[in-house]
Amino acid sequence: MRCSENWPGNEKDLNGRTAHITAYFTAHFTAHHTAHKMNRFAAFIKKEFRHILRDRRTLLILFGMPVVQVLLFGFVLTNEIKDAAIAVLDPSHDAQSIALTNKMVSSGYFKIEQYLNTPAELEQAFKEGSIKLALVFPNDFGHSLAHNNKASLQIIGDASDPNTATTLINYAQAIIGDYQATYNRASIPISIGAETHMRYNPEQKAVFNFVPGVMTLILMLVSAMMTSITLAREKELGTMEVLLVSPLQPIQIILGKTTPYLVLSFLNAVLVVILGIFIFGMPMRGSLLLLGAECFLYMFVSLALGIFISTRTKDQMSAMFFSALGLMMPTMLLSGFIFPRESMPWILQKIGMAIPATWFNPIIKGIMIKGVGLETLGVQTAVLGGMAIFFIAISLRSFKDRLE
Amino acid sequence: MWRYFPLLPTSKTVLLNSCSPQEVYTIMNDTVISTEQLTRTFGAFTAVDHISFDVKKGEIFGFLGANGAGKTTALRMLTGLLQPSSGKVAVAGIDVARYPEKVKSRIGYMSQKFSLYPDLTIRENIRLYGGIYGLTRSDIRSKTEALLDQLELREQADQVVGDLPLGWKQKLAFSVALIHEPEVVFLDEPTSGVDPLTRRQFWDLIYAAAHRGTTLMVTTHYMEEAEYCNRVSIMVDGKIKALDTPRRMKDTLHAENMDEVFRKLARE
Repeated sequence: MRCSENWPGNEKDLNGRTAHITAYFTAHFTAHHTAHKMNRFAAFIKKEFRHILRDRRTLLILFGMPVVQVLLFGFVLTNEIKDAAIAVLDPSHDAQSIALTNKMVSSGYFKIEQYLNTPAELEQAFKEGSIKLALVFPNDFGHSLAHNNKASLQIIGDASDPNTATTLINYAQAIIGDYQATYNRASIPISIGAETHMRYNPEQKAVFNFVPGVMTLILMLVSAMMTSITLAREKELGTMEVLLVSPLQPIQIILGKTTPYLVLSFLNAVLVVILGIFIFGMPMRGSLLLLGAECFLYMFVSLALGIFISTRTKDQMSAMFFSALGLMMPTMLLSGFIFPRESMPWILQKIGMAIPATWFNPIIKGIMIKGVGLETLGVQTAVLGGMAIFFIAISLRSFKDRLE
Repeated sequence: MWRYFPLLPTSKTVLLNSCSPQEVYTIMNDTVISTEQLTRTFGAFTAVDHISFDVKKGEIFGFLGANGAGKTTALRMLTGLLQPSSGKVAVAGIDVARYPEKVKSRIGYMSQKFSLYPDLTIRENIRLYGGIYGLTRSDIRSKTEALLDQLELREQADQVVGDLPLGWKQKLAFSVALIHEPEVVFLDEPTSGVDPLTRRQFWDLIYAAAHRGTTLMVTTHYMEEAEYCNRVSIMVDGKIKALDTPRRMKDTLHAENMDEVFRKLARE
């Protein structure tokens, strides 16, 4: 027994064990490899799905997050204002002014907080902050309309909250324009105030902006963040080393890790679109097939970014941190999802152009809302395609470098 | 029977000259791991500096050295993860530098982190690695059953590995690393953080594997474990400072135990 030289004592136990184990190996480990071989790659992918399905937190992020985000953005964080408190100062008090006031209220955007008698009360109401907007009719509103075919009125907004004020004034103008149009059909043309017209989204539904926005965010979250975390996890566990030493090719490891997330991302995209259409009444005017294809393109870019982050980080925590800071935040803030890109400083606009979501957002909107095809979305698609190739190349390179 | 070759200083020529022609033939045939002037540099830094050694079939070869001595770099070159800057490396008869992918199905590897997935059950872990190494379904099935019996883990078979005690995980990881019957198994600090009794039991498994003809290369920083190896090499600053049986090494350096050997060599 050659090990006895080095093994201090307890020889009997060792020999006994050795004999037992040897017998077991002769019996089982020399079986002929006849039956068809289990696919390495399939075994690996299966395992990745197990990780996902077994981890409640991951599942919650994967399927709870999109639903919550769409509902949250759709119902709560909407910049659509309902039942804004307004005051009316109507010294004229004729059929026309009453009809217009009623139309404002019945729109659902406004509710009348108080009727005012003097301009001084108006001042007071604004100071107290009890109203967001005031309608001030002249003394002869109806009379003027009837005799001169035109009249003017004042819409006063509380610009201490400029966004709300602008929105409300736009609403009011739209309603007045609408009123004017119905009135025109009935009799001779009249004119009141300015005309506003919103294309594609006449009611300015915020959901039309948020559904595509949430989609860019969710796909980035699932494809990039989850991928970077799951790859970092293998490093943390030390299993990455074992996988690399195994006969699996590096590319198989990457594909095996990312394929499940690609599938789940796509399911998420479908989920968000369904929610948008059936709960928020988003239109689907363009090609579903094109939308699906563009989603995949965007997902490839995101996956590549996730892989890249994972090659540069050591553990799950830092992978999460870098994806949140480097990918999620810019996607949310700079892509035009929440803040309009037009009003950003020049430098932020330029940075925004490097963010995939900046290009993907108009694609979703174009296909769903405007119903346009590749002929108009060619540039955006090409940019995304370029990004996909670029990021896949550098992430694979980085992955290989890190092996060295 | 074993013959050990004093290899201080190491060089292939010395090795070959020190035995009869007949023995050279045997060695050549039995050699499973062979490196010749294997070197790896990172910029100006030489991590592994012209190391040469041979490991024979069924041998338990200890690979010792302080952190940063170049053990890990050498191990990565042996397993095909890292290209050597110069020199030769052959494992299981395959030129690793030229065919790094070919060698992978012939070797097993276990890291100090046990290389198992804590959220998968014992059965699922075995099945996964069996699958990755391209075993047939029926082989995987029979091996799973055999392993569960051997490790007495049948009752825990459908428990997730994360809930198992450290020692069990480690034994399971080792058995899983052997699932494709590799010719060589590399164990990178397999016993770190494990209590002495379990460590001892783990060495039972290592001996059993060696007895079946598997070659094992073990890195460790437990010096008493070094004594369990057939031969030991000690790396200092990228070079192999000593290579011999633990007994001879102690005799040569007049040391009580391997710990002292190590300290004496490191002090030089």
